[in-house]
Amino acid sequence: MTLPPPAAALRPHAEQSFAEELAALERADSRTRPPGWRLSPWAVTRYILGGTLEDGTEITPKYIGARRVVEVAVATLATDRALLLLGVPGTAKTWLSEHLAAAIAGDSTLLVQGTAGTAEEAIRYGWNYARLLAEGPSEAALVPSPIMTAMSEGRPARVEELTRIPSDVQDALITVLSEKTLPVPELGTEVQAKRGFNVIATANDRDRGVNDLSSALRRRFNTVVLPVPATVEDEIDIVTRRVADLGRSLELPEVPTSLAEIRRVVTVFRELREGATADGRAKVKSPSGTLSTAEAISVVTSGIALAAHFGDGTLRPADVAAGIHGAVVQDPVSDGVVWREYLETVARDRDGWDDFYRACREVSG
Amino acid sequence: MARVDTGRVHVLGVRHHGPGSARSVLAELERVGPELVLIEGPPEADELVGLAGELTPPVSLLAYVPDSPSRAAFWPFAAFSPEWAALRYAAEHGVEARFCDLPAAHTLAAQEADAPEGADPEPAPGGGGEAAPEDPEAAGAGRAIADPLGVLAEAAGYDDPERWWEDVVEGRAAVPGASSPGAPPAGASPFPAIAEAMAAVRAESGPAPAGPAALREARREAHMRQVLRRAMRSVGGPIAVVCGAWHVPALLEHPRAAEDTALLRGLPKTKVAATWIPWTHGRLAAASGYRAGVRSPGWYHHLFTAPDRPVVRWLAEAGRRLREKDQPVSSAHVIEAVRLAEALAALRGRPAVGLEEAADATESVLCEGAPARAHLLHREMVVGERLGAVSERTPLVPLQRDLAAQQRRLRLKPQAEPREVDLDLREDSGRRRSALLHRLRLLGIDWGTPRGDSVRARGTFREPWLLAWQPELELRLIEAGVWGTTVEAAAAARVRALAADADLPQLTELAERCLHADLGGAIGDVLSALTARAAEDTDIEHLMTALPPLARSARYGDVRNSDSAALRTVAAQLLARIRAGLVPAVSGLGDDAAAAMAAAIDGVHGAAVLLGGGDEDAWLAALEAVALRESAPGRVCGRADRILHDSGRLADSALADRLSRAASRGTAPTRTAHWIEGFLSGSGLLLVHDTALLGVIDRWLGGLAGDAFTQVLPLLRRTFGAFAAPERRAIGDSARALGGPGGPGAAAGAEPVDARRAAPAVATAAALLGLGAGGG
Repeated sequence: MTLPPPAAALRPHAEQSFAEELAALERADSRTRPPGWRLSPWAVTRYILGGTLEDGTEITPKYIGARRVVEVAVATLATDRALLLLGVPGTAKTWLSEHLAAAIAGDSTLLVQGTAGTAEEAIRYGWNYARLLAEGPSEAALVPSPIMTAMSEGRPARVEELTRIPSDVQDALITVLSEKTLPVPELGTEVQAKRGFNVIATANDRDRGVNDLSSALRRRFNTVVLPVPATVEDEIDIVTRRVADLGRSLELPEVPTSLAEIRRVVTVFRELREGATADGRAKVKSPSGTLSTAEAISVVTSGIALAAHFGDGTLRPADVAAGIHGAVVQDPVSDGVVWREYLETVARDRDGWDDFYRACREVSG
Repeated sequence: MARVDTGRVHVLGVRHHGPGSARSVLAELERVGPELVLIEGPPEADELVGLAGELTPPVSLLAYVPDSPSRAAFWPFAAFSPEWAALRYAAEHGVEARFCDLPAAHTLAAQEADAPEGADPEPAPGGGGEAAPEDPEAAGAGRAIADPLGVLAEAAGYDDPERWWEDVVEGRAAVPGASSPGAPPAGASPFPAIAEAMAAVRAESGPAPAGPAALREARREAHMRQVLRRAMRSVGGPIAVVCGAWHVPALLEHPRAAEDTALLRGLPKTKVAATWIPWTHGRLAAASGYRAGVRSPGWYHHLFTAPDRPVVRWLAEAGRRLREKDQPVSSAHVIEAVRLAEALAALRGRPAVGLEEAADATESVLCEGAPARAHLLHREMVVGERLGAVSERTPLVPLQRDLAAQQRRLRLKPQAEPREVDLDLREDSGRRRSALLHRLRLLGIDWGTPRGDSVRARGTFREPWLLAWQPELELRLIEAGVWGTTVEAAAAARVRALAADADLPQLTELAERCLHADLGGAIGDVLSALTARAAEDTDIEHLMTALPPLARSARYGDVRNSDSAALRTVAAQLLARIRAGLVPAVSGLGDDAAAAMAAAIDGVHGAAVLLGGGDEDAWLAALEAVALRESAPGRVCGRADRILHDSGRLADSALADRLSRAASRGTAPTRTAHWIEGFLSGSGLLLVHDTALLGVIDRWLGGLAGDAFTQVLPLLRRTFGAFAAPERRAIGDSARALGGPGGPGAAAGAEPVDARRAAPAVATAAALLGLGAGGG
């Protein structure tokens, strides 16, 4: 496989960024590994949830949240059942699927990106037409899909945004998942999945209506619903970690991360998402956007970029105000009302929120 | 310290409500074959042990103070409780079983002594029994001494002590491959290990701290030892003791008997009675506050009762339930769920699939990730609601016995699950069931709650109820025993007591409830109290609010075939008093009082109509007097006029006269507005139909000076604002027609007839009627 050197890539793959952790786990892992797995299920769980190994290697947590979510996901893959990660946008579905693939096979690149234009070739196989015309159907003229490659090599394949793929194309997965084989009638052969093959799909809760899965396909998946972070502390933890990671990989100048500012962003997001203030005393309206943790992360990251390049090098309320405004106000009319109401009824009277309130007022005009 | 002979005395430390413990206890008892079984529980219940074979768990031992039954303690047992297993073993093998805990006579007496300070670890029982203390075991051990299981589980690397127990003790029987259920390999008795572990934990937590809770624990253990000593003297064969694991070391290492005697000397004592009562799984679940409870009685019950492959059976059952809810769940789903559960257990390093794995598999596979559905199913199965039953020979308070007999006779079974029942009051059985439920409600036992609008249902033959038998009702029933020995007598006695110091409206309400409860004996007493109170009471408003329910009872008593003649008499009497006091009472009332009076007049009028006949006529006559009284507020007069008009006492023309007088120049504009408010309250349609009235109001309004108009505007707005929008529109349309060409007269008059165009139609009509050509 030809990979660009990690240093040059804007975003290295999980197995590249965490190669050391994976290697350390592989050394320390003495438990039985399912066929085709590089780590035991126990070690995969460890890799995702973090911890310290016996030899002192620190494993950073990749997913912060309920342990059972990860355990069910790993156990599903260990039973050769396909895994469907379901959740609202920004709940780390793709993130988790990438890390699962990286930990199980050391390779998270066998990826089908689901769109409305995804064709059956992306799931089964295509042809190199020049060759096909010149030589007729042959192995050499066949262009395998990531799924086909995964089957022949016994590794997990990932399907992103499964529900965006048109229904008739989705159905191509049914045979793959139930028979674990992919016939190639043109050549009179088939590709039988080797042990270790599996599919990790992600789908969006909010898009359910787009191309709902047929029950035949649904039945082939074990479904894990990824929740929004349970507590404000969890969410702050997630945002802080990701912001630090992103800052490093984007090579932003060091900005002392202000925990207070992150806490504020997370609080605003949570309160608007849940429709009530953190103390549960007052109700607030919810805007039309999802206000996911991922958006909170991008608000803080762009705030840091602003602070580094245009501000005084410290994350200030003014730096995050524009980002928050953009994330909350997706629909200028109705969300604008929601946001102004929130500012006037909640943010204004809160202790220590004066600067933030003024900054947001300035942005929203 | 002397160690007891463990060859003869087998102390089986258990986890309360642990199915694995129960299995182990059964196996151990079979192996040991004891001559006597001692069980942690109140010795007052020793005579009740023999009944164990006839009861259906979950049941609870109830120890209560007969003089004040709300002081009580419970020892609940489910089918999977080790204590219950021991009781059943004793019953089936004819082995003697006794309880060895500190007598409830002491604990309940201590409760009484400590209650005022509220410092006692035992929660004081609430008046209704909702906050009744559940298991004395949990109180002390949970607070004063650090959770012993927690220490052990932590040492084993578990974050949840429940899970540790499941794995180490309870997981034993559920290991896949252990094909013969209930028969662990020989010599695998876990009890010596538990005793050792507990000794270590007790040593670790150091000497027991001082304090009332610790003292109580010490006394309990001292008493257990005393019972054990006596048993060892009186019985020659092996003895088994089934108690909470924490107590095992204390029962194996005995101090000198004198020390224990000293510890137990001078304890307060009270008279205590004990019985079995039915319990529910819901109450067992920790969710309802029972601290030694279990979070998943349904799961434990399943583990204990499933003959084999408990996980497969559980998931198949979950699939069946989902199919019942029209969810497409195939056998393939169940197969995959089982596989996932097993993989999860392996991943988590557990010896067997536990509830947590089963729940995760249910959510991910069977429910396809829908958390709400999974949650519902989980609750339904994990708690697995079920209500125990006691046998007829269980000592009952007499009242209980009576109720049980009636329940059998009327075929109304007490069930924990709420269910809806519709009673047909035309049938004898329906009436009797209704009476029973109403009687119980009078006693504060809300087994049934009337569903929906009881007022509207009153006139019909149908009486809808919601029935749910809660275990605490059993306690209330015992409490209600103070009032009598049968449900009927107790309810009647309670009614009499209530009637003694109730005010008028309460009395009439009570009379109505008596009627529903078919308490013919008590109703006389209520009515005589009512007559007496009515005579004393000078406040006519009391009388007026008291009358409507009474009149309703008198009228609709017929539905229940009950004798309502006495009620009628009293109601008529009450109405007479109201008539007499009405005219003076309406004079000089303030604005708010006038509104209340107008409403009260409406209510009484409704009652008078129900009573009918001469009573109604007399009432209308009294209203005449009110209507004409100048000192009465305008609102009341207007209301009286409206009632008189609606009941045909006042002709349209007379009404128009009244209105125009009320609206004449001599009357203050605000009074006129109040009159209109009273007159129109409820419905304004009258104005649409009677344009003459509308004309009068229209002229009055048009003639008002600027100031006066501003003054009455809010009042009128209030009056008309209360009408529905279409009504207002209709009135507005009529008012517009008034102002049209020709004035009000023209609106009422006929269209001019075009004789030439009508002629053919007239001729045809005449021919049809046989009037001949010469007619028309």
